[in-house]
Amino acid sequence: MSLKNKLHILKRKYRSKKMAPAFNALHTFLYLPNETTHNGTHIKAADDLKRTMNTVIMAMVPCLLFGMFNAGYQHHLALGEIQSVTGGLFSAEFWTLDNFMVGFWKIIPLVIVSYGVGLLIEFIFAIINKHEVEEGYLVTGMLVPLIVPIDIPLWMLAVAVVFGVVIGKEVFGGTGMNILNPALTIRAFLFFAYPTWMSGDKVWVHGAVERDQAIAGGQNLDAISGETILGALAQSKEVAYSTVDMFLGFIPGSVGETSTLLIILGGLFLVFSKIGSWRIMLSSVIGAIVMGLIFNQVVASGWIPESSNFYGLMSAPFWEHLIIGGFAFGTVFMATDPVTASQTNKGKWIYGFLVGFISIMIRVFNPAYPEGVMLAILLMNVFAPTIDHYVVQGNVKKRMKRVKVKTA
Amino acid sequence: MGLLSKKDAKLITDPLADNNPITIQVLGICSALAITAELKASLVMGIAVLFVLSVGNVVISLMRNIIPSKIRIIVQLIVVAALVIVVDQVLKAFAYELSKTLSVFVGLIITNCIIMGRFEAFALANGPWKSFLDGIGNALGYAVILIIVGFFRELLGSGTLFGIPVLGDPIEKTGVYAIGYENNGFMLMPPMALIVVGLIIWVQRSKNKALIED
Repeated sequence: MSLKNKLHILKRKYRSKKMAPAFNALHTFLYLPNETTHNGTHIKAADDLKRTMNTVIMAMVPCLLFGMFNAGYQHHLALGEIQSVTGGLFSAEFWTLDNFMVGFWKIIPLVIVSYGVGLLIEFIFAIINKHEVEEGYLVTGMLVPLIVPIDIPLWMLAVAVVFGVVIGKEVFGGTGMNILNPALTIRAFLFFAYPTWMSGDKVWVHGAVERDQAIAGGQNLDAISGETILGALAQSKEVAYSTVDMFLGFIPGSVGETSTLLIILGGLFLVFSKIGSWRIMLSSVIGAIVMGLIFNQVVASGWIPESSNFYGLMSAPFWEHLIIGGFAFGTVFMATDPVTASQTNKGKWIYGFLVGFISIMIRVFNPAYPEGVMLAILLMNVFAPTIDHYVVQGNVKKRMKRVKVKTA
Repeated sequence: MGLLSKKDAKLITDPLADNNPITIQVLGICSALAITAELKASLVMGIAVLFVLSVGNVVISLMRNIIPSKIRIIVQLIVVAALVIVVDQVLKAFAYELSKTLSVFVGLIITNCIIMGRFEAFALANGPWKSFLDGIGNALGYAVILIIVGFFRELLGSGTLFGIPVLGDPIEKTGVYAIGYENNGFMLMPPMALIVVGLIIWVQRSKNKALIED
């Protein structure tokens, strides 16, 4: 008997039992449901929640694979075992099986923990609340491993996932009800709870922290620096990477957010499949550019002394902000989350613009929080309903005026 | 309790659970968030409020028939302020370090809504003995929540209880730190206190469904 038939039988057996949602979820996830609506429905769309979620995951797969190669590459590079890339995107030093395997064995556990813990909680809540398991966690579960440093201990990730899913989502009523993006809630929790594992110049390269502890323990080794571009800029130091490297993603950073090129590809895929909102992506980029230009202008007109703490980041050209740090990834995959973003079209423009604007502002003014985009999106998540409210009210007012003019 | 009649005993036990000033009335949240990073501070804050609220309730109750209703808020404020200054001075004299940790929050007991709330809602309408019990009950209800929150925040945030390491030494890597455990820095920040209070409210209301309001 095939697995499918077994699941059918199990499902029938457990129907209206306590564990039913768990079996149903497994069944719908693996196969097409065997019951369809027979009457009364006039619109049939193929893009249900499951397909929407899978589309986003597909858009992220290139970033995930690239992240695996990059993890190994950064590791070997930092240890001085290989030379840095020279041949652009198709550098032979980068696309080696060796690089891939290092990243693979580090990243796959992150993915497993993220999905395992997150789905377990979803299943528990579905059973307690007697509703079907919703697909909401599918995207979150893939986002989480992409936005954490590679060496993050797995138990920390598990704790953060429990926190993010319960406090960020389930207390509000589950998928579709949450105010904050769950993946970012998880990252924010990690960031504030375990800052030594989430920021600084050691955590972004696999092995750097271990090496550091070995040196502290008295071993004679060279320290690894995984210094980030943002960190270097904040200290007004020379950046060690070329612009092309930054754009292609041959730089240290969270697992899946380094390659702007692949993020743009994923973004285009989301826009053309009409899953992600191009309004949010575009306006967020505009917001970041505006803020970057303002800072550049401030520097150009000499209002700020070179000794200032903000000088380094302020004087970085505005376009550079778009390709370093997590800005691109946040804009494409997190700000566009349909649940937590603004729903109205005009609202999306305002929301996106402020995400970009505030991201760069936090990044420059508070080097302690280099990942301004995380905080900016969470902040705007909170304001999204307010923005929508005023957009809708504005519309109502406009229409009321029209009615009055007609009757007068 | 032989000492108290059933009605009087209820004045003390009610605010401990089903009419808790923090989790049910959602008063006094500000100090509950600010000073609960350490268990010791939570405990001292609880005692300070216990003193101010029980004595203040008695004083207001004794004066309840001679306070002109127009200026009663000012009179209440003066009573609280006087008591708070006493607490503040005692802390400064006998527990200086602790009074520095609590900093302005001792002074801010004046603005603790629980105190003014009990004066207005109870002491102005009841006799001194009942008011005293009501003050004790509400302050204990406040202190219980503070201590629960302080317990979890100090244990998970610093790995200590009352300043004594209970989980091992994070620098020497003994105890649970030897297997890779780390303190949760988020626990020491006020937002986490809000979440812990929220979790307490969640647990309490799922145990007693009657408390859930729509």
